[in-house]
Amino acid sequence: MSDNNRERVLVDPDWVESHLADDKIVLVEVDEDTSAYDKNHIRGAVRLDWKKDLQDPVRRDFVDKAAFEALLSQRGISNDDTVVLYGGNNNWFAAYAYWYFKLYGHDDVRLLDGGRKKWELDSRELVPDKAERPTTTYTAKDQDRSIRAFRDEVEAAIGQKNLVDVRSPDEYAGRLLAPAHLPQEQSQRPGHIPTAANIPWSQAANDDGTFKSDDELSTLYGDKGVDLGKDTIAYCRIGERSAHTWFVLHELLGQPNVKNYDGSWTEWGSLVGVPIALGDTP
Amino acid sequence: MCGATKGGPSTEGLDLAEAAVVQGVVVRGGQPVGNAYVRLLDGSGEFTAEVPTSATGQFRFFAAPGRWTVRTLAPKADAVDRQVEATLGEVADIEVSL
Repeated sequence: MSDNNRERVLVDPDWVESHLADDKIVLVEVDEDTSAYDKNHIRGAVRLDWKKDLQDPVRRDFVDKAAFEALLSQRGISNDDTVVLYGGNNNWFAAYAYWYFKLYGHDDVRLLDGGRKKWELDSRELVPDKAERPTTTYTAKDQDRSIRAFRDEVEAAIGQKNLVDVRSPDEYAGRLLAPAHLPQEQSQRPGHIPTAANIPWSQAANDDGTFKSDDELSTLYGDKGVDLGKDTIAYCRIGERSAHTWFVLHELLGQPNVKNYDGSWTEWGSLVGVPIALGDTP
Repeated sequence: MCGATKGGPSTEGLDLAEAAVVQGVVVRGGQPVGNAYVRLLDGSGEFTAEVPTSATGQFRFFAAPGRWTVRTLAPKADAVDRQVEATLGEVADIEVSL
């Protein structure tokens, strides 16, 4: 069954190369380094900026349905297009965009396995010229809250559901507040949510950024005490690495009830009165 | 204080008080490699972060004090691992040759 999942949600670089001329397949680059696209990108790819395009400029939240519709229409994406997302760093931000597209109900979304890194390491073609697509009239659905968790639900899940903290061990233990290539800032307090298992998101990927096999992935989560028969909430610092883990659990392994807590540690570690655990154990 | 950079980005304006910086440059035949990926692994070999190199082949991590492995991946090259010790208030600067 999960082999079928892979066919539905992942494409490989050869597949992308053989579909470059297909107008109904839209390549979208979503990178942590949003300037990478300006340097070069896969031929025909448009860009989404995870910060400018996907976050509300004032409130801490996503852009609303109307703004998402305007964004996709402007980028030339139609409801019946196959959207293939890719980016650097093991598809970190591309996986976040995948979850975001699913949140607003896009039907056919896939990730390029290995993302921009594998594509570059394979020495495949990248071009500097910006792609233009004719504008469309995109219609989004209401947010699918079955894949998005909020703080009250997370607090109620302590000791009840699987909580998976996908940050690095140093962030989990409270020794660092942010990933090692980003400035040290963000939440008021370090640590993790009590009972959460620490399974860094990147363990789901090989060095070249491709996803590990289903067997390896099941073993990875099972060995860390995640009961795959239970509902799961994943979190990280701002909800992007945990979107990658959501993709693994929900889309690759086919777990039915998996949510991404996008408030994540920057919210939890700043809340008054919630429990926090320090150190390397749950 | 090893604030003077060798191959890595300039440390001018960098607040080192709370930082243990690991940085450097990736070169091939003496030339900077601008399309490499540099991964930071912790003392147990666990992946912590990854950055692409800049056009001038440079990279930088804000690490915690301790022992790290810097793993470099680049097109048409085998992965290269380098051991680095990061210290609070200092910059560990390395040159990775492919």
